Amino acid sequence: MLALDIRNLNKAYPNFQLQNVSFQLEKGYIMGFIGANGAGKTTTIKSILNMLHIDSGEVLILGKNIAEHEIELKQEIGYAFGDIDFYTRSKIKTLTDVIKKFYKNWNDETYYNYLRRFKLDENKKIAELSTGMKVKYNLALALSHGAKLLVLDEPTSGLDPVARDNLLEIFQELVVDGEVSILFSTHITSDLEKCADYITFIVNGQIVKSSEKEEFIESYRLLNGKESQLEQVKDQLISYKKNSFGFTGLIHSKDFDPSSEINAAIPSLEEIMIYFSKKEDSYV
Amino acid sequence: MNVAISNSSDKPIYQQLFEQISAQILKGELESGYCLPPIRQAAQELRVSIITVKKAWEELERCGLINTVTGKGCFVAEFSPDEILQIRNETVLKQMVSDASYYKSFGLSIEEVVELLKKIY
Repeated sequence: MLALDIRNLNKAYPNFQLQNVSFQLEKGYIMGFIGANGAGKTTTIKSILNMLHIDSGEVLILGKNIAEHEIELKQEIGYAFGDIDFYTRSKIKTLTDVIKKFYKNWNDETYYNYLRRFKLDENKKIAELSTGMKVKYNLALALSHGAKLLVLDEPTSGLDPVARDNLLEIFQELVVDGEVSILFSTHITSDLEKCADYITFIVNGQIVKSSEKEEFIESYRLLNGKESQLEQVKDQLISYKKNSFGFTGLIHSKDFDPSSEINAAIPSLEEIMIYFSKKEDSYV
Repeated sequence: MNVAISNSSDKPIYQQLFEQISAQILKGELESGYCLPPIRQAAQELRVSIITVKKAWEELERCGLINTVTGKGCFVAEFSPDEILQIRNETVLKQMVSDASYYKSFGLSIEEVVELLKKIY
């Protein structure tokens, strides 16, 4: 069963467009959604939540079309964006009392558990919260109504390493019984190396690849060679950097001939992102 | 069952899991019938992704080291001493293949490799 099924999403803005964005998330797994700033992560996430009008395409959540079943599906979705910018003069307590009325399955016990875990004081005003605390408050709200799908936009940015680690631990706890699925966008790729099952990579409004994490990483190789070897592979490289010791470049594993003498290593997610962004630059 | 995962190692995590668990099975530290933790629980405790653990378990099963009983879990298989020898040799051989190509890249002959091995063994 698919928790999330996105098919051929298109949305054009004057200077940017999502083109045929499609990917699927199996129920019970964690997917990391990566891409540079402005690549289309938030636009995609907003489309998933029916927060903007898409030009064409379909978003199915737990098998149902979000555009047709929005009210019903929103009960099943927990979502969090980095910031809260409404009712900033209210206390956490007051705001929660308003929000919880919208959810049939709101669970106070779970909510207070998360408040304790995140060390949030419900008598504080929203305006008094630090960035990290706002993120945590948002997550506490998202996690307290028994959501089956969590859609989180950069939940870890603004959090310190300890808080990030705690959050990833919570994510893994949530998926243990296979009922909850998580899609989260990030540009902190080390978070994903630990806990994500799937990676979806978006560059300039188009999905470059969406697959299991290990398969994702394995499908690229980072080459390290002498300048004289560059010519052999130059045409196949996604992008490369030259320096006085030679060159380093990223290549699709299928394009690389392992019998060549060029040193090839398995790249990190971060390296993959960097070389893809260099490719974009070279077109400009 | 003891497992120590290194995030900085070059080896993929599923392979680290596979190697460490298979070694414990082959050495008899995990006896036949021992029940491996469920995939999702192991992933949570080890702080790795679910699919990573799944891959390691699948690899163990492919090598005949564990059996999956649907709905019950994964159990260490039963072996005769001969089978253990055979699986052990196959496992070691895999590592040797990559080592051998490394030695060859330096132009070492088999005799030289054996001489060197004797020194450290």
